[in-house]
Order: sequence, then structure tokens, then C-alpha cells
Amino acid sequence: MEFLLQPLTLLTFFPLLGVLILFFISSDNKNALRWTTLVTTLITFGISLWVLMTKFDASNPSLQLVAKYDWITVAGWNIQYHLGLDGLSILLVLLTTFLTPISILSTWTAVENRVKDFMIFFLLLEVGMTGVFLAQDLFLFYIFWEFTLVPMYFLIGIWGGPRRIYAAVKFFLYTMAGSILMLLAILWLGIYGQTFSVPELIAQHNIPEGIQWWLFLAFTAAFAIKVPMWPLHSWLPDAHVEAPTAGSVILAGVLLKMGTYGFVRFNLPLFPDAAVKAAPWIALLATIGIIYGAAVSYAQADVKKLVAYSSVSHLGFVMLGLFAMNPEGIAGAILQMINHGISTGALFLLVGMIYEQTHTREIKVYGGLWKITPIFGSIMLIVSLSSMGLPGLNGFVGEFTILLGAFGSQAIGNPWYAAISALGVIMAAVYILYMFQKMFLGPQGEIVEEVKKHGHALRDLNARELITIVPLLIFIFWIGLYPKPFFALMAPAVENLVKMLPIP
Amino acid sequence: MTQLDFQTILPYTILTVWACVLILVDLFIPKDRKSLTALLAALGLAVTLGFTLAQVGIERVAFNNMVVLDGFSTFVNALLLVSGLLGVALAYGYVKRMGIERGEYYTLLLFSVTGMMLMAQASDLIIVFLALELLSIPLYVLAAFALPKLESEEAGMKYFLLGAFSTGFVVYGIALIFGATGSTALSVIAQADLGGKMAPAFSPGTSGLLVVGAALLLIGFGFKVAAVPFHMWTPDVYQGAPTSVTAFMSSGAKIAGFAALLRVFATAFPYLAPSMTDVLWALSALTMIVGNVIAISQADIKRMLAYSSIAHAGYILMAFVPYGDPDPKVASTSIAAGLFYLISYAVTNFGAWGVVIALETKAGKGLTLTDYSGLAKKYPALAAAMTVFILSLIGFPPTLGMVGKFYLFRAAIDGEFYGLAIIGVLTSLISAFYYLRVVVNMYMREGDPAVERETWLDLSTGATAVLTVVFSLVPGFLFTWASEAVLRLF
Repeated sequence: MEFLLQPLTLLTFFPLLGVLILFFISSDNKNALRWTTLVTTLITFGISLWVLMTKFDASNPSLQLVAKYDWITVAGWNIQYHLGLDGLSILLVLLTTFLTPISILSTWTAVENRVKDFMIFFLLLEVGMTGVFLAQDLFLFYIFWEFTLVPMYFLIGIWGGPRRIYAAVKFFLYTMAGSILMLLAILWLGIYGQTFSVPELIAQHNIPEGIQWWLFLAFTAAFAIKVPMWPLHSWLPDAHVEAPTAGSVILAGVLLKMGTYGFVRFNLPLFPDAAVKAAPWIALLATIGIIYGAAVSYAQADVKKLVAYSSVSHLGFVMLGLFAMNPEGIAGAILQMINHGISTGALFLLVGMIYEQTHTREIKVYGGLWKITPIFGSIMLIVSLSSMGLPGLNGFVGEFTILLGAFGSQAIGNPWYAAISALGVIMAAVYILYMFQKMFLGPQGEIVEEVKKHGHALRDLNARELITIVPLLIFIFWIGLYPKPFFALMAPAVENLVKMLPIP
Repeated sequence: MTQLDFQTILPYTILTVWACVLILVDLFIPKDRKSLTALLAALGLAVTLGFTLAQVGIERVAFNNMVVLDGFSTFVNALLLVSGLLGVALAYGYVKRMGIERGEYYTLLLFSVTGMMLMAQASDLIIVFLALELLSIPLYVLAAFALPKLESEEAGMKYFLLGAFSTGFVVYGIALIFGATGSTALSVIAQADLGGKMAPAFSPGTSGLLVVGAALLLIGFGFKVAAVPFHMWTPDVYQGAPTSVTAFMSSGAKIAGFAALLRVFATAFPYLAPSMTDVLWALSALTMIVGNVIAISQADIKRMLAYSSIAHAGYILMAFVPYGDPDPKVASTSIAAGLFYLISYAVTNFGAWGVVIALETKAGKGLTLTDYSGLAKKYPALAAAMTVFILSLIGFPPTLGMVGKFYLFRAAIDGEFYGLAIIGVLTSLISAFYYLRVVVNMYMREGDPAVERETWLDLSTGATAVLTVVFSLVPGFLFTWASEAVLRLF
């Protein structure tokens, strides 16, 4: 019992209780299934808030609320059940527990088919994601990391669009390809350090630099695919476009962050020498990703694909910030992970809401929507502006801090990367405003008549949809206007991390 | 022959006697009540399992050093008996449904298990040979058990011819080894080595004979465990044989083959390790690659699982590569990893074949991958179980297969066989590609599959699925068991 009541254990595994209850609810009683899941995820969110408010000490840079038990300690193994929370992960954990109920709410009318399975997979996914951000033992981390693939694979493959099977299998194989290389590196570390515990491995700090390179590469393979960094991004548009709305929200909002989080949590502190030397290269790839993602976004005819490619661009900023390796860069990157989760999550939700009515995502059939659905249009505008980094909204704070860090970064050693990346912000304005203009302004698009022919006119957001989207809007403004509490949560941990890096 | 000798092989004796008596008893069991024979066979296996477990911790040699009882043999025997039990459980309803229910099925299965058990206890090449025949011949018959069916007949014939051929290799190998060392006892052969050279008691020209003999043995065992390039028979036999036989054969024969390989090479030829390492490396790599790559193009689930079982032989072989590592700790962890993988493979494999059996119809339909379409909607529990097995075969958490691969790859890295470990993970990736097709069909395509519900089948499939997950969360005691089992070998 003591094991289960550890705050972090409870937080991670609470959704399993929901799964258990779902098993006993008839598949036909769809609303009961939905409510059970929603309440479960809301309670999970409540637990994470409780942890934040009463348990977490932001001024402490080290791991907190540690739950540590021997797991497999026989036959030369030294594996522990080891969870811990610090400034690097607290925001991501909160993002996970915050986005999950929102995603569930978005499926209320969108998912009618096999609701029970959907909800079970979603709750399992939440367990996996939370576990990834909390695990402090490499074996445990790997289990959670790989496990998240399985429910997501089903979410895409069963409830996705027309090419869902292709997208699901591609997603699975791509991600697995990266993680199996990481597996070998994890095993090597486990043999070398006689432990899989991440804090202990960091404290040992004695891996020869030549080997650090190999391990760094292996871990990078796993994380770079997940982020995804250019040129390993090709699974992302497929997965995003085919996934159901809730799947896209979680995919963009949380799963991609697992990649960037992996860099912060493992690559930087475990292989500091290799990481510092690799920084210019990663910065180069990140910059290419920023420009490439933005350019390709502009060329898309499908609005969901446009948002998907914009993720490649935005995640490029996160990588640039991380490998700037100064407090501004890393803090900005972590905040930008949250921002991207909120803004892109909101974009996917909005696209999903209109798709539910029109069943098409082609930009060119839309037009003049703002007049017909004013609330929807206004919210879309706010979210779009947040995504392109308008000052006063959340995206600006993150991107500005990252660029600030990247300009002055000694690790990258060259302000040009930041300068070119800044162009990405402008390009974001181009593709986002292009999308907004085509869909919401101008003459009325053909889809409006098309929908009318089927008997019901386009409607504005209903109460449930507003409840889904408004919490995200609150954070868009909050982070944009007063980001200090968010930075305060992570600052000591970031400082601590930067101190570990042997920057020339 | 002393009383102690008999105690050493007590479980083996019990099962042999039980099988002999069962043949006679079966004569008096009416044709329509052959399930009684099955229950009696299962009872025999269970009793033997009890006696085997009572031997845990006892170490002894018997019959003039011909037979040995140690942690390793107890471990393997227990695993074999559980396999036998699962084999009976899967066959119970299947043979009825297929109209091939005859009492001999179960007695043959028992005899095959006795052969496998003897294999694990053999410490003399003559006994190894005896055990090999004893385990193989019943399997040849079982493979052809659905006799009027051409495929089954072909499977039995093919297995018999190629099996006999491979046994020839083993016998010839034993003869050469005897020629080189003057003995067939593993402990004596082991003394042929003194500090890397042949002992003076043996003439200098014979070391070549010994190497050739060992190589021939490797070929013979490679055939039994279906390692590439000795795997050609596997897909045809696995496909043609009645599915319940395939399930038993693919686990049991593999466990026994690996047990013999391990015992002979680790105890008799530790000094051949430097030259064997490369050979085993190549065998393992080739088996993983060929098995997984060819499996991609299979449309028949039995053939697909056959190639997958070839591939898994490659993974297990990986554990043998560092067997001669100068650091005995590396060698023993590696072998322990192999043993653990055998458990994980056996449990998963039986479960997966159980699902195949559930879908197979009397007319031999229900065996293509497309027949699995829509399974999740109609039979969610069965589809979930199959998903667990598939994930375990790929090596995904939270399943035994993942823990098994984790252990195996760690052993390979510990022995600094990085190339092999990389081949291992990359072929796992390939395997994900074809295994996932089953999941895709079950969950993401529409279809109307027909499934046979049989109590024992459901129970064993369900139990193996639960164990696959639960053991992966608490694998500690299995790790301990496996690593204690190999202690005495080194």
C-alpha cells in the first residue's frame, strides 16, 4: 500500500483504475464510457496539481518525491523502480495530464465507433506518457517509452483516416527503429555503470569521450526520430494527418515532447562532452528543420498537414534552444515545448471541430468562415497568432528566449544559426496567415453550400467545444503575458543542468 | 546399477513407465472417450513435474557418468514438462475437431517428452544420441498424424528423411570424437585439452578429427533447433503437421536441442570456443536475418510462425556465442540469458499457436493472415491475447519477450559482440513489420472470423497471455533460477 500511495506512483498509474472500471461497463453505454474516462483523467490532472501545489519545491534543483524500490536485483542485474520529479519534467507532466482530459472531451461526438477500446487505449497512453517523464531508471524509462507506441499505434490504426494503416505501421516502425539503438546504448550503460539509475550514472561521470559519442548517437537516434528532427520527420505528417483529432493533439502535444525531453534528461547530462561537441551540428539540423518545415507548411493543400509540418519547424526551435546550452536557451526550449503542446494542440482541436462538420481538410474549399462562425474564427485567429509567435501570446515568449539563448550560445559558437532561424518566425507568419486568410476571410467557400445541401448549415462552436478549447486559450494568454511562474518552476533545475556541461 | 542411480532419473523413469502403461490402458478406452487418455497423459506429466521440482538443488551423476542431474537438467526438464502439458491442453479439443483423435497421440507425445528429458540429463554422447532418437521418432509420427491429409503426410515424410539425415551427422560426429579422444563421456572429452593443446595421451594428429566431429554435432543440433542453413524442413513441416503438434514441436524440440547443444559444447569442448565463437556468431546472425526476412513474404500464419521460430532460434543462439569467454561470469550470464529466453519463447509460442488452433477449421481453412481480419470486434479477448503474444515475439513491453531480449542483448554486449547485438535489434525491427500485420488485420480491418471455443484451449491461451505479461513485471525469480541452473556448467 505504501508503494501505491507514493504521489508519483499514484499519478502515473491512476488511469489504470479507469481502465479497470471501463472493463465492467457495457460497450453500448457510450456516454458512461466517456464520462468514466473523463472523470479519471480529470482526477489524474487533479493529482498532478496537488503534487505541484503541495509537494513540489520549485527552489530545489534536484529530484523530488522520489519513489525508489528494488525491482530486479538478482543475477547481476540492478534495476530499480525509480520515479522522480524535478524542474525539467514538472511542466511536461502537467501538460500531459492537462491535455488528456481535453482530448477526451474532443472525442465526445467524433468517436462513435468502438468507444470502449478507444478510451482504454487512451488511458493506457496516459500511463505511458506520464511514466516517461517520471522514470529515473533507464530500464523503466525504456519500458514506458516503448509502451507509449502501442496505444498510439492502435489509436491511429483503428480510428484514423483513409490511410490509417499505412500511417500507423510507419509510425510504429520508424519510432521503433530509433529506440532499439537506444536500447543497446542503455544496456551498455547498465553494464558499464553497474546500474540503470540515471542520477547515479550522471554522478559517476566517467564515460570516456570516444564512447560517449556512440552512446550519444544511439540516444539521439531514438529522440531525433520522435521529435522529429529533419531529416527523420517523414513519419510525422502521415501520422498526424491520419490520426483522429484526439490522437493528433496528444501526438503533437505530448509524444513529440518525449523526444525533446529525452535530450534534456539523458543526452545532455549523461554525455556532456559529446553533447557540447555535437551542439553546432544539432543546431544546423534544427535550423534546417525550422526553415524546411515552414517552407513545406506553406505548400500544403491540407490544413492538418500544414499544422503537422509547422510542428517540424516549431520543434526545430526547441532543439536549437536545448543545444544553445545556456540557461536562456534551455529554459526557453522547455517553455516552448509547453507552448507548442498548447498552441498546436489547440490548432488540431479546431481543425478537428470543423472537420467533424465538413469532412474535408482541403484549404481551398473553405473561405469566409469568420462571418458564418464568428466565435470559431476569433478563437482560430488567437491560436494562429500564438502559433506564429505574436508578442503578448505564449509562442513569442518561448521563441524569443530561445533565440536570445542561441545568439549568445558558446556551444553553438555561431550567431548565424539564430539569425537564420529568426527567419522561421517570419515564415510562420506567412503560412499561418495564408491559411487563415484562405479559410476564414474572403469570399464564401464552396464547402458552405456543400454542407447546406446535406440539410444542416455550418454551426459555430457549441458549449462542449468551448469548454474544450477555452482552457488552452487561458494558458495562451497567461504564458504570453506573465511567464514568470513557469520559468520559476524550472529555473533552478536548468541552472543545475547547465553547470554540468563542459562548455568551452 | 544402484538405487541412487534410479533416483537420479526418477522423473524420467516415471514418465517412461507411465507412457508404456498408457499404451496398454488406451486399448481399453472406448474410441469415443479418448479424452480420458489425454487426461491420463496430462496427469502423468503433472506427476513427473512434481518429482522434477522435488529434485531442485540435487546434483549427482549416475550410471557410470552417463547421466547427470544438476540445476541445468532440472531447469530444462521442468520447462519441457510444462511444454508437454501445454501440448496436451492444446491438442485436447483440436484432435477431436480435426477427427484425428486417437490415444496414440498422447502416448507419442509422452515418449517424445521422455526423449527430451533424457537429452537434458545426458552426459555421454551415446545417451545424447539415444535421447535424440527417442525424442525425434515420435515427432515424425506425430507430424504425419493427420494421415489421409497429404500435407501432413508430406510433413511427416520430410521431417523423417531430413531428420534421419541429420542424425547421421550426429552419429558420424560422435564416431570422430571417439576416434580422437577414445571416449564418448563428456567429462573425458573435456580432459583432452591441457592448456589449449591436445593432451599428450592423445596422438597429435587427432585434434583435427575432434574439430570435425564437433562441427558435425553442431550441424545435427542445428537441424533440430532449425538454425539457418539447416532450416529448410521447418516451414513445410510446421505447416503440414497438425497445428497442435507444431506448437509442441516448435517449443519442445527447440528446448531439447538447445539443451544438448549447450551441455555438449560447454562441458566437452570449452577449449574449442575460440574457433567455435565465429561459427556460432555466423550461425546466429544468419538465422536471425534469414528467418525474419523470409517471414515477411508469408501469407499463411503457420508458415509465418515457422519462419519466426527459425528467427528465434537465431536469438537463442546469440546466447551461445560468448560461451567460451575467458571471463566465466560473462559466459554464464550469457547462457542464463539463453535459458530465460527459452522460457519466454516457450510461453509466448504456445500462446500464439493456441490462437492459431482456435481459428483453424476442420477443412484446414482459417490459416491465412486475412482470416484474422475483424477478430478484435468479435472476440476481443482472443485478439488481445494474440496482441500480447505478438508484442512478446517482437520484444515489446510489457511482455516476457521484451525482458528476454533485454537479457540476451545485454549478454551479447557484455561479451563485446556489438555487431551481433546490432543485427539482433535490426532484425527485431524487421520482425515487427510482419508480426504487426496480424495485429493490423485483427484490429484495423473488417472481417468475419470463425473461432472454436474449447475450454482447455481458452484456458491455456489465457494463462500464457497473463503469464507473458505478469512474468515480465516480476522476472526476478526466473532470472535467479536460470542463472543458478548454469552455475555448475562452468
